[in-house]
Amino acid sequence: MDIKEFVQTFAQQFEDTDPAEITADTEFRELDEWSSLTGMCIMAMAKTQYGKIITGKELKECETVKDVFDLISSK
Amino acid sequence: MTTPYTLVDKNILITGASSGIGRAIAILCSRMGAKCCITGRNAERLEDTLSQMQGDGHQAIVADLLNEEDRAVLVNALPKLDGVVQNAGVGSRVPCKFVTQTDIDQVFTINTFSPILLQKELMQGKKLSAGASVVFISSMAVKYPSVGNAIYSASKGAIQAYAQVLALELAPRKIRVNCVCPAMIWTDLVTADGIDKDDLIKDQAKYPLGRYGSPEDVADLVGFILSPASSWMTGSCVELTGGGNEL
Repeated sequence: MDIKEFVQTFAQQFEDTDPAEITADTEFRELDEWSSLTGMCIMAMAKTQYGKIITGKELKECETVKDVFDLISSK
Repeated sequence: MTTPYTLVDKNILITGASSGIGRAIAILCSRMGAKCCITGRNAERLEDTLSQMQGDGHQAIVADLLNEEDRAVLVNALPKLDGVVQNAGVGSRVPCKFVTQTDIDQVFTINTFSPILLQKELMQGKKLSAGASVVFISSMAVKYPSVGNAIYSASKGAIQAYAQVLALELAPRKIRVNCVCPAMIWTDLVTADGIDKDDLIKDQAKYPLGRYGSPEDVADLVGFILSPASSWMTGSCVELTGGGNEL
């Protein structure tokens, strides 16, 4: 898993946000489209795309897309 | 003075009795005087439930209700029943966009298909006494949508619809069939698929009664539905919500 590919996959979880807006340093909760459902999709993405389980609590501690990348990488 | 709020000498089957709501129901039924057959997949935890029950004559039968042979062994071992609590179930939180065939199979097999097949086998085995009471543990998830809960809600909605037809078919023998629909109850299910417990602790304050329910809250209602005190009640889905109107 490399960060560039991860950022793209992360961005795909958003429906109406321009993927160009999302980088490794993006604080994803600041995005207009972010909601608890998006959070659930990120957790499901970790499971289906990367075979890793992350919890809501762990995701809550992440601020940037890179934080999520590091979290999933650490599993 | 006698009271109808009793289960003295009634034989009651409780599925999913190795933890949570099932365990609380088993303990309550024993205190109300019932002789219980408890079943679950984990022998150790089932024994733990048994050790907390009052009175004699209870039996614990380890069975995986997804397995046809296990169900056959269970049904054969049962006495004639005055009550059945179809409680075994599993939680699931997956956004619709990510639902897989595996999610659907797992949740529906445990929450819907296995209870339906067990019920058939109990009836074919002539294990239900006339006047018995059958209780399905459903959920307010059927009525209160919440994100990620689609498959779980659908599985419980299906069992409710099934139970209402079963109520009609068993009414001639005065066998009653009802569903209990709890809102959020503190069990392992509510933290399924990575849901943060701290968020739930905060969330329960939104319930008018100030908290989520306990397994014992559900057991108290089930004890009533199993008892002769509810003998004119069938085909109902009883809501147990702490006043909350969302999950």
